[in-house]
Amino acid sequence: MGLWLLRRVGQILPTLLILSMLIFGLQQLMPGDPALIMAGEERDPAVLAEIRSELMLDRPIWAQYLAWLGKILMGDFGFSWRIRMPVGALILEKLPVTLQLGLMAFVIAVAIGVPAGILSAVYKDRPADWAANGLALAGISTPNFWLGIMMILLFSVKLGWLPPSGYVPFTEDPVQSLATTIMPAFVLGSGIAGVLMRHTRAAMLTALSQDYVRTARAKGLPERLVVAKHALRNALIPVVTLGTIELGRLLAGAVLTEQIFTIPGFGKLIVDAVFNRDYPVVQGVVMATALIFVLLSLLADLLYMAINPRLRSA
Amino acid sequence: MTVPALEVIGLSVSFRTDRGPFRAVQGLSFTVPAGRTLAIVGESGCGKSATSLAIMGLLPGSAQVTGTIRLAGQEIAELPPDARRRLRGAEMAMIFQEPMTSLNPAFTAGEQVAEALRQHRGMGRKAAAEAAIAALEQVRIPEAARRARQYPHQLSGGMRQRVMIAIALACRPRLLIADEPTTALDVTVQAQILSLLAELKRETGTATVLITHDLGVVADQADEVVVMYAGQVIERAPAARLFAMPQHPYTVGLLGAAPRLEGGGGRLASIEGTVPDLAAPPPGCRFAPRCPFAIARCAEPVPLYEMVPGHVAACHRAPLEQILEGAA
Repeated sequence: MGLWLLRRVGQILPTLLILSMLIFGLQQLMPGDPALIMAGEERDPAVLAEIRSELMLDRPIWAQYLAWLGKILMGDFGFSWRIRMPVGALILEKLPVTLQLGLMAFVIAVAIGVPAGILSAVYKDRPADWAANGLALAGISTPNFWLGIMMILLFSVKLGWLPPSGYVPFTEDPVQSLATTIMPAFVLGSGIAGVLMRHTRAAMLTALSQDYVRTARAKGLPERLVVAKHALRNALIPVVTLGTIELGRLLAGAVLTEQIFTIPGFGKLIVDAVFNRDYPVVQGVVMATALIFVLLSLLADLLYMAINPRLRSA
Repeated sequence: MTVPALEVIGLSVSFRTDRGPFRAVQGLSFTVPAGRTLAIVGESGCGKSATSLAIMGLLPGSAQVTGTIRLAGQEIAELPPDARRRLRGAEMAMIFQEPMTSLNPAFTAGEQVAEALRQHRGMGRKAAAEAAIAALEQVRIPEAARRARQYPHQLSGGMRQRVMIAIALACRPRLLIADEPTTALDVTVQAQILSLLAELKRETGTATVLITHDLGVVADQADEVVVMYAGQVIERAPAARLFAMPQHPYTVGLLGAAPRLEGGGGRLASIEGTVPDLAAPPPGCRFAPRCPFAIARCAEPVPLYEMVPGHVAACHRAPLEQILEGAA
């Protein structure tokens, strides 16, 4: 187990290295010259040259990459050309926001999607199944921006229960913080809940038709135990896979939803950075997101082993 | 006279299908006294498994079951589902054909045995875990305490079937239904499992219904045999008598089709033709289209004729001597 973990972490490093090359390389394909954008109206060749040399844009790409990578390894994500702040500090500033929003959305998605999937498998082809399927379809196919606007109209404008936009850090005022994030979290979670419901349903239907479920029934276990213990435990594996992928996507930031509710998270940060050709910010945020994804997939592997004993002994 | 462990009277099972009802079992009756083994024999699809699942109450909702099922004198077919469930695993238990897939891969062998004890005996976690090890010892699993901590994928097929038997017998049921318990196992392991079942039956006095298509198993294990064909009983007799003097042409064919070690080379005998469609069965004897002795009268419904007390056969031309005389 200890050795496995060591090997698994060993795989992470080359993965991140390849990712860093991709991130740096793909960005070179973005049209537009950052120096031109920064220089603004005056296109003084001397100023442009100075900017280029300051940003190392006059050096070969591989030299730029190595300089960037070297700094990242030292924990230095560079300096934002536009906002004039260290990228590391920017990420640390936005990370709690995205983390809070992403985790809340994920909890909402799991709390709705998994039980709905179980119910709809147990009551297959009956009204509960139809209702769950209908809701899932609605959740998947409703555009987030539309749902967000409708929720603001209902809960903020009409009923006045929740603030329409803005963000209050959790450490400052927990209640107000939840009030500002609950709507965007629901908007983000509803679509994922639908996907989770469909996958949980399919996995539960497979599990419920297995021989060991018949054995559990032959043992005289109540149906609730047959479903919640014998079937669910085996159905969870594909759900965990999907869940960690969706969580990773949530933690990469949600551009539209953050925009609608004016929440200062990763999504807004990266969009602004892309439009302004603020390369260090783009690279830093994407790199941080990649790291989150890689760590989540490690977490998923650990969960698999907790669920499936066959993986433990291998 | 003591009450038999299991009485089945006029059991019928049908499934709703798009093409109308599919009658898997029709008018099946038999009795199993405590400590005895009744074998139900027939080809795949003859209704053997539907019968066992109907007794256990494990058929899906699309199945309709009629008739009387008495467990130690108590009528159980009409019991509400929850009362029926309480009998499963406690008063009646079942082992299945596929030991590889019948155990849950996510739980240890010990846990899967202990679960039944916690459910029916109200044992605590620790007491049940200890009782589970004792149950695994009873089915002759060596190093039971270590095996109890292992998962199904760490056990061989024979070992898994022993765990299944331990689960089934943990609460000392009156009735054990064994549905093709050795079909999926190696020949040497088959013999071990069968002798284990015979020993346990002597130790516990459990009545056994053995579902099989393997006549070798029947000869070794059964006290009485029911032969089914296309959802109906076509012959029922004490095991020794059935093997010595089968009276239904189908049983004769079945015995002829069973491979024998001493028989040596030569082609195995087979019964020509195929089983009739159970969605639209012929009105008379269902075996008639394949029967070499069929006559015009075989198109009429056929009752179970008594050959001698305890031996019945559903054939207009039985007993066999009569057919053979007619053929001569």
